[in-house]
Amino acid sequence: MKKVPRESAKSKKQKPNTIEQTTHGNGMTRRTALKLGAAAGTLTVLTSRKSLATSMMFDTVPPEPTVCSPNPTHSPATTPFVQALPIPPVLRPFKLNPAPTKSANLAAGEAPRADHQRWEEFLPQNNYDMNLIPANHTFHPDLGPTYCWTYNGIYPGPTIIGQYGIPIVVRFHNNLPVDHTGFGSNTHTTHLHNGHTASESDGFAGDFWGPGFFKDHHYPNIYAGYDTFGAPGDPREAMRTFWYHDHRHSFTATNNYRGLNGMFLLYDDIDTGYETGGDHNALHLPGQYGLYDIPLNFTDKKFCPDGQMFATAPDAVPAGDKFIVNGAIQPFFQVAQRKYRFRMLNSGPARIWTFSLSGGKKFILIATDGNLLEHPVEKDSLELHVSSRYDAVIDFSDVPIGQSIYLSNIAPQFVSNAPEPLPDPNVNINNVVMRFDVTTTAQDHSVVPDTLCQYPDLNLNEVVTTRIWNFNLENGQFKVNGLIFDANRADATVKQGTAETWIIRNKLPASGWTHPVHIHLEEGRILSRNGAPPPPEESGRRDVYPIRPGEEVHIFLRFREWFGKYMIHCHNLGHEDNFMLVRWDVGTETSLVTSPVDSLGNPNPEAQPNPDPPILSRLYNKKGVLA
Amino acid sequence: MNRRDLLTCHVTDKSRPAASMGPEFYTNAVLRTHENKPVKFYDDLIRGKISLINFIYTGCTKSCPRSTGNLVKAQKLLGDRVGRDVFMYSITIKPEEDDPEVLRSYARSHGARPGWLFLTGSDYDLTTIRFKLARWDHPKLDFDPDQHTGMVRYINDSLNLWTMCPTYATPRQLVECVSWIEPTKPFAARLRENYVKQAEIDRETRQAEPPRSVFRRAHGWPA
Repeated sequence: MKKVPRESAKSKKQKPNTIEQTTHGNGMTRRTALKLGAAAGTLTVLTSRKSLATSMMFDTVPPEPTVCSPNPTHSPATTPFVQALPIPPVLRPFKLNPAPTKSANLAAGEAPRADHQRWEEFLPQNNYDMNLIPANHTFHPDLGPTYCWTYNGIYPGPTIIGQYGIPIVVRFHNNLPVDHTGFGSNTHTTHLHNGHTASESDGFAGDFWGPGFFKDHHYPNIYAGYDTFGAPGDPREAMRTFWYHDHRHSFTATNNYRGLNGMFLLYDDIDTGYETGGDHNALHLPGQYGLYDIPLNFTDKKFCPDGQMFATAPDAVPAGDKFIVNGAIQPFFQVAQRKYRFRMLNSGPARIWTFSLSGGKKFILIATDGNLLEHPVEKDSLELHVSSRYDAVIDFSDVPIGQSIYLSNIAPQFVSNAPEPLPDPNVNINNVVMRFDVTTTAQDHSVVPDTLCQYPDLNLNEVVTTRIWNFNLENGQFKVNGLIFDANRADATVKQGTAETWIIRNKLPASGWTHPVHIHLEEGRILSRNGAPPPPEESGRRDVYPIRPGEEVHIFLRFREWFGKYMIHCHNLGHEDNFMLVRWDVGTETSLVTSPVDSLGNPNPEAQPNPDPPILSRLYNKKGVLA
Repeated sequence: MNRRDLLTCHVTDKSRPAASMGPEFYTNAVLRTHENKPVKFYDDLIRGKISLINFIYTGCTKSCPRSTGNLVKAQKLLGDRVGRDVFMYSITIKPEEDDPEVLRSYARSHGARPGWLFLTGSDYDLTTIRFKLARWDHPKLDFDPDQHTGMVRYINDSLNLWTMCPTYATPRQLVECVSWIEPTKPFAARLRENYVKQAEIDRETRQAEPPRSVFRRAHGWPA
């Protein structure tokens, strides 16, 4: 496992500051000195500080690779199961210097942003440091190291593990190459998917910043409904499996493909991360992180004949023909005869995975998009859409030692593996994503109870209005409600403290695209899919709603705690880069019409007054089920 | 390699930018402008330039007029940059209908100014270029002229940076996208921009959002 030289970076980081203080020790504060420097356009202090801070850590930043010959038909062959599954290391808290502030600290190099909302109320107790830097990563020994963009020099980025009730700040330094050429953009913004965070820390697609600057994201780690339920909030609103990723508008696919994503987990008194101890509420699901609680970050990439990751400028990122889990192509994972909790994430760019296990093994689905289900659901196969997460327990206790279980993608498009005789003739190697090798025994204190949680009340009387979002392809352009995304135009304003019903339609029967629609800020509950109640695995709280061609999904959402701009968008990374997004705001009034005008102020013919909410009360009974 | 490609993708010129994918990728297909001049696609149109490329056909009445209208406004906003370092190209997808003569009257009727070329050529070349620059990766859509992509492809050949913008976006957005593929400005310049941007944000947010206590009182909660 690679480790970032934290300590050395830290000591380097603090030195320059003392230099500054002595340099400007003549009664002038550091801040004014920097401001004067900025005004004079010299900036020697600031730039030298930054380069010193980063030089130690990133001495070995690799140069950008030369462009691979356009679009190889397939990747070179690789031998499956030669690497153990990498587990991303846990990011340690870090003493930030200068300390995070409520207002953007422009003089120290922070990018512009709105003041942190409710900063004094949720003062950060832990701080973290994230550096976006180029680094080499080896996806497979047969391919050798390849150039990536990473958080803290590793792919996938380090896992942040937090605790509900402990607010944190993560400082994202953009150290991507200033003289960048080719694939992706060196401007960046990080979205915590799907943090209940204020708008200025949400990584809004239009709020990107360039190399040399940093931005502090404030993650208060509160349950949604904090204000109505009272501190510390309603634990029924807990979301536990998050991921952070680049959200730079129009470059999200390329920057993510280059490697800018990682996992973020939150524990609390109920889901403690441990199999024993805790109070009477504690669930004792398989834990701890890295032992029996394992993140699985799935992606697919393509490689050039020389082993470099295929990344040339043409628009859409290529459909990968290599299955990658936590940065390794077709890894193996040695497991004991016991239960494991896997946090399965589809980090894109576009593939819809359909997972199944060999030997008739089943997934025990316990959480969807990081939210526990009321009751576990047993599944033979799992359809995982881009950006969606599934927490699934796999029980290996009945598998004899020495045997293997294969995790396959049964919607395959996979080629070019070195042939290998397989012990199991029923498994097609071209579809295998990874292999679990049962090698040992281990104690198992974990329990998967029949009831995992209680959902928050779903009260349709809270609904003040209904909005319709039509996702469509028209005139060769992706549109929502007939309009093109504009970061400066909000198509709807919802009133903080109210609830709404959102109807999402995929008006695209001709193309066959499924749009995994993602809503920022709040998790919703699916009221109905095509007029029918949702299946058990869709009955919980979600933040990604896959909408197949011609489908219509009704969602119940509350908007709480925070103000500002958020988005609803298609999370197929290629589609969102093609402007399939909408900005909506949380404000103090409910806008009565959705998408009324385009950003030139012209009336939008597809704008609709929001339907009358009482219709919904007639449609659904008290539990939100269609009457 | 196709015999045709051999003719159009001749050996790389040494003067092309190091980052560029060159004629091997873009092809050097000979196209004809609305002024009826022959041009080589890479050498004359792409090399070392920032180019905005979209696909049209003059008989398209559904979306093309509005697209072209937006681009006309964007050209005005870009001012004298068009023709100097930024170049605009509208390429027909129906060369059998759109000869240089037709394209010239189309350009004139929309008020396109110098620095913006309307291009036609052989069907093979145009399809090759369209599939390289603006494909949906979706056979049904890519072969349906009514669904041809309505995006503008932005290419900065010197840095090999690409982006895109819908033709129905506002002219301001169409211009903003040019800045996304320009070289990163010096640190000091960007820092100055940060202060300007911060002042804007403060004006907007500090007015728009009520203090928390006001909000809590409005909801009947202790402030």
